[in-house]
Order: sequence, then C-alpha cells, then structure tokens
Amino acid sequence: MNSNTYTDAYENSEVVHKPTFIDGHSVDIPILKILQQDGSVYNGAELPQIDEKLATKVYKTLAFHRVLDERMVAAQRQGRLSFYMTALGEEATTVGGAAALESQDMIMAQYREQGALMFRGFPLDQFMNQMFSNEKDLGKGRQMPIHYGSKALNYMTISSPLGTQIPQAAGYAYGQRLQGKNAVTICYFGEGAASEGDFHAGLNMAAVHGAPVIFFCRNNGYAISTPSQEQFNGNGIASRGVGYGIKTLRIDGNDILAVMKAVQWAREYTLAENSPVIIEAMSYRLGAHSTSDDPSGYRTREEEAKWQANDPILRMKNWLLAQSWWDEAQDSALFEQLRDDVLAAVKVAEKIAKPELRELVTDVYDDVPQHIEKQYEELVSHIKQYPDAYPVTSGRLK
Amino acid sequence: MAQMNLLQAINNALDIAMAENDSTLCFGEDVGFFGGVFRATSGLQDKYGKERCFNTPLTEQGIIGFANGLAAQGSRPIAEIQFADYIFPAFDQIVNESAKFRYRSGNEFNVGKLTIRTPYGGGIAGGLYHSQSPEAYFTQTPGLKVVVPRNPYQAKGLLLAAIRDDNPVIFFEPKRLYRASTGEVPEEDYQLPIGKADVVQTGSDITLLAWGAQMEIMEKASEMAANAGISCEVIDLRSLLPWDVETIANSVSKTGRLIISHEAPITGGFAGEIATTIQKECFLNLESPIERVCGLDTPYPLAQEKEYVADHLKVFEAIKRSVNF
Repeated sequence: MNSNTYTDAYENSEVVHKPTFIDGHSVDIPILKILQQDGSVYNGAELPQIDEKLATKVYKTLAFHRVLDERMVAAQRQGRLSFYMTALGEEATTVGGAAALESQDMIMAQYREQGALMFRGFPLDQFMNQMFSNEKDLGKGRQMPIHYGSKALNYMTISSPLGTQIPQAAGYAYGQRLQGKNAVTICYFGEGAASEGDFHAGLNMAAVHGAPVIFFCRNNGYAISTPSQEQFNGNGIASRGVGYGIKTLRIDGNDILAVMKAVQWAREYTLAENSPVIIEAMSYRLGAHSTSDDPSGYRTREEEAKWQANDPILRMKNWLLAQSWWDEAQDSALFEQLRDDVLAAVKVAEKIAKPELRELVTDVYDDVPQHIEKQYEELVSHIKQYPDAYPVTSGRLK
Repeated sequence: MAQMNLLQAINNALDIAMAENDSTLCFGEDVGFFGGVFRATSGLQDKYGKERCFNTPLTEQGIIGFANGLAAQGSRPIAEIQFADYIFPAFDQIVNESAKFRYRSGNEFNVGKLTIRTPYGGGIAGGLYHSQSPEAYFTQTPGLKVVVPRNPYQAKGLLLAAIRDDNPVIFFEPKRLYRASTGEVPEEDYQLPIGKADVVQTGSDITLLAWGAQMEIMEKASEMAANAGISCEVIDLRSLLPWDVETIANSVSKTGRLIISHEAPITGGFAGEIATTIQKECFLNLESPIERVCGLDTPYPLAQEKEYVADHLKVFEAIKRSVNF
C-alpha cells in the first residue's frame, strides 16, 4: 500500500550539514478557481462534467437552500422553531459536492451541509418534520433541528460532537472498498473541527489503510466566534493533508464549478487508487454560527460585505445566464415559488403531533431490554396520574 | 473438548467469527502479524489476510471511530484496545457515537455489529496504567452492552455472543487470567447469553457476587467461609449492562445477605448500583447491610498492589461481618 516512508526519510532525504528549518509555507498550495463572479470562466480553466440539466438542478438546489435558510431563521425569530443553522455563503461546497458524486456514495457531514441532502432529493416536508421534531421525523424527534439523516439517500445522520464523523468516514469507506461497492465516502467538516483529535486520527487511519474517502474541509473563517487565525497557525488545513501523505487540493469554495471539478476528480482518484483525498474549500460563513449567536460582536461589516460580493449562488446564476440556460423571469418565479412552498410546509409540519411516548425508549438497543421496559411502565403510570403535567404525550397513552 | 487458556479461547472465538463472515474484521495496535501484545489475535492475519486483520496506528479514538464507520457500513468490526487503561481517548467515540448511533438516527443507521475487546484489571504488577477496571464508566451509557468473562469457557461463548449481538458490546477481558485460567472448552461454535448471570455455586447463608477475575477471589473466600461453616452462593454477573436483577434478587431473597466485590475503586463503582437495586428488591429479606469489597479510592498502586486489592481475606472478613451482624 505505502512505500516505506521510514526508509525514505532516512536514506533518500536531501542531506544538509547545518540546521535548516522548513515550515508549512515551504509547500506551495495553489487554489483552484474556474468561475469568476461575473459568470465568466477563467481562460484555460477545465470545466467539470456538467450539462444544462445538471446545471439547472444544481442552481435550483442552491436557490432552495437559500430560501429555506432565510425562512427558517425568520421562523426561529418568531418563536416557531427552537434553533436553526444556516449555510449562507457556503452553499456551493455542499450542493456542488453532492452533484459531483454518485448516489451510492456515502455523505458524512458535520451539520452545515444540508445542501448535499437537498441535492439528493430529501423532500421539503422531511426537512420540516426533522426541524419540528414531530412524529413523522425519520429521527423520531430525538435531535435538535438540522440533525438530518437518511439511509435511503446515503446521508449519515448528523451528530453534534465535532469531528467524530472523520475517522468514521475512513472506516465506512474502508468497508465499501473491501466489499467492492464501487462507492466512496465524502466527509465534510469545518476548519474548527479540524483541531479535534478525531481529525488527525481519521486522516491518518484513512491514509494508512487506503480508504476511498474524500475529506472535504469547509474553511469558512470562523468556528462560532473564533477566527481561523486563532484556530491554527499552519498553511490552512490543506498543509496537514501533505503531512499525512494524502493527495491534497485547495479550491475556491464559492466557485461551484471548482467544487464540482475537484470532487469529480477526487472521486475518480480515490476509487481507482484506494487512497484518500483532502479538499480545502475556502469560503466564508456569511450568516451567524447558529440562531444562538450574533456575529456583529466578533467581526466587521466591511469583512462581511467583501464576502457578500462573492456570493456563490449569484456567481452560478451569472454563469447560467451567460450560457442562456436561465433568465431573470425564471429566477424570480423560482424564488417566489420556493418561498411559498417553504411557508406552507412550516404551517403543516408545526401542527403534526410529537412522537408517541414509546419512542422515548425504542432504538436504545435493537429491542427494548427488560430494565428499560420496567422504567417505561413506571413512567406511563406516573403520567397517567398527572396527565395535565405532560400534555404532549398523556392524551395518546393507551 | 480441548484444554485452552483464556487467550486461546478468545483466539478460537475470533477464528470462528472470521471464518463465518467475510466482513468480520479484527484490528488494533499490534494486532496484525504480531497477534496482539497478549497474542489474542495470533494467526488470524495469516489465515484471513492483511485486509481483515491488521495493525492500526496508535490512535484509540481513530480505532473506534474507524470501527463505528465500518459497523454503520455493514461490516462486523472487532476492535481491540490494547489495555482498558488506554480506552479513554476513544471515550467520545464510544459514549457519544457507538452508544447513540441507533437512537439519534431513529434507527436509520446503527453500529450494532461493533465489538470492542480490551484487557482490563490488576494483578500483573502493571501499576496505574496497566491495571484499571473502567467498566463502570460505560455502564452509565445506555446503548452499550458491557460483558466480562471469568474463564476460557465463558470467554469463548460470551465473545461469540457479543460479536453476533446486534448492539455495540464492550468485552472486558481479565488479563491476569489470560494464561493463568485454563479449562475445557468445546472446539465447536457455541454462545452464552448476554444479560444473564451464572450461579457458580449454590449456598444458603450469603450471596457473593462478582465478575471477571474477581470471581476467583470470591471462590477462594467462599472456601474459607465453608471451612468456617458458612454456606456461600457464588454468582458471576457476566454482563453488567444489561444486568440480571432477577437472578441476584432471587438469591438474596433466599440467603438474606449480599457481598459485591470488584477491582475498581468503591466510589461510583458498579457495586453501588447493584446494592441500591437489591436493597429495594429484597428489603424485607435482608438480614444485614449489603457489603461492598472493592478497590480503594486511589489510583491503582504498584508497590502496594497486594494491600490495595480486594482480596479473598477482605472478602472473608466481610462475610463474617455480614453473617454476624
């Protein structure tokens, strides 16, 4: 699998006779850019595989993402929803990633990658059911909003602890390889999560064991309020890929064509070589970390304005207009329709009942063991004694 | 039947599990060619290849993270943590990931095919970091099963059950007994039930309850008690999560007395959980307070190991206190 890097380091290094430092910046890391903000393509840029049909699907997904995020923040402000996380400004990293993969590829995300799930066709009402923790939620109302997951769409359910999906993605991909699945795993995480031990563990495991996994870092400049310069001192996250012996690529994360090109290319490589790839996408979190924080306390309007001007969705729209695959009338109609759809879906989902009490104790194990069964029975009789104190579940107890 | 020590019984169980299913994998630090520092995985790489039995880098969180991913994908990973003392870098992967995978996804995904094997416990002059018994940290985590065998026969049957169980199982192996404990073990495939205690010896005056290597101590104390005219019922709990309340409660209802012993420190140890449950279940049958004979609330020592451990003499004294209460 690997050449003997230990012997290489001793026998094949350039010999020097006085101490000489190298640092992360000794490695030049180019950044891949294909599409300019005005919608024109850089001279000589290699386009990803994309036709009109795929391009309009990608754009419609981006638009849906933007509308859903805006509407759900508003719903949270109105007190209809407990919590929300937008991906404003970073939509291209996830929608473009999913668009470059095959449906059998597993997506293991952090929490700001709903765009990938949207591209895979997760229906609007399922997004809503999850956010409103109602009884139709695939996750049975157990996790905070935006912790989506779908077995059918190969989108691993989100978990809040940061970075845990990184070594898991290595294992998942290794299993795909051993079973000859002709599939890869993409693993999304932020530059903040890359400080977790699991990042280093996961990259090293994937590199040593030859797992066909694409590590995709969304370097969006902030981990809640902590800017990336207080998160690490090296040459971004990409420089670490080099250290682990992983093929490494840095791209403009607001450039949907660069994202698609990079992921298509990485997929081909990782599948053929059984070796991981890491992509560092430079982007910017235009929104707050979540509805629980306000970025005006830790960054400037000027900085935000600079990145507003790099809007990845507008950039793609400009490209579509230049291809004559899209026009302004279609655009207005699309956004208007999406806003109506989302509002209507909120109204439906918030009225659907919460899961029945029984779901409190299922899925801890494959079957409900005796001790939990006993606790459940005790809880049921307690609720029956004080039904008014537990109105969500008491009325539906048999 | 063949004569096996505990390591050979484990190796034999792993061999059976790997032979029956191509997607069963064994990995961990030094697990591959070397067969593990205790040799539990000896010969498996030779037999099943480097893709299915392999060394990993020194990263416990990486090992369990990798195993979680494999299990979610549909493979059957058997991950080894070289010493239970070193399981803590993987604590997050076990407690927040393995244990909650099924629940948090509404059963869209699960890691039920995961088994974690790890040698635990003292008695090998291992000091602070090669002697700990961290089982209680995991019994507080719904979603896990926690199993501890006491001898080769139990080890093989329980390990095969753990590997095939559709829930993540942590299998603590009493390393002091790896070579010291030998016995007759069927060469064929068999399983022992998880969640069921095993009454090793029936008796009428007092119930002695333990698991793993501590069972040997209980049996020794029980012999001393027998010489003093006290009849002990000795029970191996075998599975701590879930645990067999019924068997213990039935026994204590009969004897009226209970001593629980574990190697781990007494405070926050699993004996506290058992004592609380049993005093509720058997309150009117109890003749004396439930006693715990455990490790001291100190780190595991080296030079004073003999003094520190919950040995048969300490258990014997507790038996006398209980009977004479």
